[in-house]
Amino acid sequence: MTAPVLDIRDLVKEFPLRGKAGPKQTVHAVSGIDLTVRRGQTLGLVGESGCGKSTLARCAVRLTEPSSGTVELGGADLFAMKGRALRAARRQLQMVFQDPFTTLDPTMTIGGILREPLEIHGMHRRRRDEYVRELLDRVGLDPGHAHRYPHEFSGGQRQRVGLARALAVEPSVLVLDEPLSALDISVQSGVLNLLEDLQEEFDLGYLLIAHDLSVVRHTSTEVAVMYLGRIVERGPVDAVYDGALHPYTQALLSAVPVPDPRAERRRERIVLTGDVPQATDPPSGCRFRTRCRLATEICASTVPELVEHDSGHRVACHHPRTISS
Amino acid sequence: MTAQNPPLLMVEDLSIAFGTEEGTARAVEQVSLRVESGQVVGLVGESGSGKSVVSAAILGLLPNTARVTGSVRFQGTELLGRTESQLRELRGNEIAVVFQDALSALNPVLKVGDQLAEAIRVHDRSLTKKQLHERVVELLDLVGISAPEQRAGLYPHEFSGGMRQRVLIAMGIANEPRLLIADEPTTALDVTVQAQILEVLERIRDRTSTSILLITHDLGVLAGLADRVVVMYAGSKVEDGPVEPIFYRTAHPYTRGLLASLPRVDRRTDRTSRLYRIPGQLPNPHSRPEGCVFHPRCPHAQAARCDRERPQPSVVGDGHVAACLRIEEIG
Ligand SMILES: Nc1ncnc2c1ncn2[C@@H]1O[C@H](COP(=O)(O)OP(=O)(O)OP(=O)(O)O)[C@@H](O)[C@H]1O
Ligand SMILES: Nc1ncnc2c1ncn2[C@@H]1O[C@H](COP(=O)(O)OP(=O)(O)OP(=O)(O)O)[C@@H](O)[C@H]1O
Ligand code: SF4
Ligand code: SF4
Ligand SMILES: [Mg+2]
Ligand SMILES: [Mg+2]
Repeated sequence: MTAPVLDIRDLVKEFPLRGKAGPKQTVHAVSGIDLTVRRGQTLGLVGESGCGKSTLARCAVRLTEPSSGTVELGGADLFAMKGRALRAARRQLQMVFQDPFTTLDPTMTIGGILREPLEIHGMHRRRRDEYVRELLDRVGLDPGHAHRYPHEFSGGQRQRVGLARALAVEPSVLVLDEPLSALDISVQSGVLNLLEDLQEEFDLGYLLIAHDLSVVRHTSTEVAVMYLGRIVERGPVDAVYDGALHPYTQALLSAVPVPDPRAERRRERIVLTGDVPQATDPPSGCRFRTRCRLATEICASTVPELVEHDSGHRVACHHPRTISS
Repeated sequence: MTAQNPPLLMVEDLSIAFGTEEGTARAVEQVSLRVESGQVVGLVGESGSGKSVVSAAILGLLPNTARVTGSVRFQGTELLGRTESQLRELRGNEIAVVFQDALSALNPVLKVGDQLAEAIRVHDRSLTKKQLHERVVELLDLVGISAPEQRAGLYPHEFSGGMRQRVLIAMGIANEPRLLIADEPTTALDVTVQAQILEVLERIRDRTSTSILLITHDLGVLAGLADRVVVMYAGSKVEDGPVEPIFYRTAHPYTRGLLASLPRVDRRTDRTSRLYRIPGQLPNPHSRPEGCVFHPRCPHAQAARCDRERPQPSVVGDGHVAACLRIEEIG
């Protein structure tokens, strides 16, 4: 296996809530997560809204300081870096957001937006305009449109601009936070294919956050399933999708509708009851226990560790079993 | 032929245009569809294809700037051109609607049970307080809210997003409407919450006589729930048929392209495989292509034909139509 390029170790992020009255509360957004992104591979991260995916991503690119734990980039501690080393790390590690419209300066042309990171990092001094045209061409946009403004582009095109901007500085890892969820289906597949082509060409490592489990299956090498700040299951995509062992993963997968009427009507959907508990007051032991049909006493008293079941397939559950057994 | 009841809802040649600063936006063009009693009909299409505008026309909720032609008949009666008060009467009673945004549709300072009771009372003043309460609990139970007795006394903010959406559905079906229009009722919700909502819609389909017009951009949702599927592209209906032929004997090049663009949760893919990508972009409503609206993106488009002639729906199977000039040739 290729060497890890981004290595997240025991990452914890808590947000203290300062209420005017009442007791102090803490949001347990990320509670001890280990993840590894390798060059040329995609790690998909899935989980329901509010489970901590974006918080983890922001820590991974040093947009947020973790409460504890480490993030290593190419073996060096990202949070210990300063000056030149930090600048180099920031270049290596790029983040792409859901709708780059909100992060693209509306007063700048696309060409200006793509030139900016090159100026910051002092790259391609002599041939910036030419390089910008190459970038636009590479992400499937008309190089002649460099003088246009963000609002003149559609959602899918803006996402391509966002990708071009991230690629401009020749990174090794992209952290993609819901890069497709604002896009229509006929546009989404083009961006998805582009992501895969770029990965092959530049040997990029991806941390891909998506709530669409189909997208993750299609794109990822490995998948990690998150629930209330913790990873509950993780492993090679097919191992997890075809042989999920954690009750939460099973429920999540069973909830995804498939575009096949006979299969869809035959399928047993596991409908979870109850709500996701508050991140300020997560359940003791296994955080999924309040909604788990297999929960027993030990689930309330002891936090289940992520244990390896098959090569690379890990599960954090006291009573793991496949859905058919 | 024996005399038949008219279909519950019959939309014929519906066209809707808006006058805007940039010119005329042809939002919907010559769309026909029907919903029979007890059916779930799915209306699917990408953003801007005209789904919400069609539903607004059925509900009489289009703005004054809209120019509407065609016909919308409900139980045989024409709805277009009716007065606002006639339509309002119909909306609360016979046709109900559920939109995507549940939080803004509920009153934050009223208990959920009281809001539900009010929705019932507006159209049925004969119920006693006790009967009203029983009906509220029954409805909350029908939409899968556990401990409905207690929960009726809570406020909307004490409900999760999925529960609020289910309360809205309960309000929608409170008066046992003949038709429930659900416009993207699960969009932006987590899959686990979506599964709860789909379960509720399934229950309505199986246990009540209410028909559902389900608007979505998710073909997977329709695969499990719909009896019929209507596919829209850029304001036009491109395909319409029973659910199985739509998925297994897909006729229109756009519908085929859409299905081939979908990544699948139930299939292994090797790393080199790529999804189909429909080339080009969705057209803007101010400059819809001449001829077949899909021709600039269609792999089967024929010059001097598809860019000139507007295809009409033609029969490709039992109750299955597709609007494509080359339907015979492309098989
Ligand atoms: N700056 C902050 N202050 C306090 N709480 C926060 C902050 N940022 C995030 N949280 C909380 O941390 C938890 C995780 O949030 P996060 O945005 O990481 O979730 P997510 O998995 O990305 O959700 P989504 O799928 O909706 O984007 C939530 O409970 C959220 O309310
Ligand atoms: N009041 C209006 N004035 C002008 N144009 C309008 C108006 N309402 C809708 N449109 C246009 O009509 C077209 C169809 O819009 P509609 O909202 O029906 O799409 P939709 O299929 O529901 O899309 P989505 O999936 O994004 O909800 C769009 O191009 C839209 O811009
Ligand atoms: S540890 Fe217990 S509660 Fe948690 S998922 Fe496993 S069986 Fe369920
Ligand atoms: S009419 Fe022509 S362009 Fe339109 S879908 Fe058929 S083949 Fe394609
Ligand atoms: Mg997020
Ligand atoms: Mg709409």
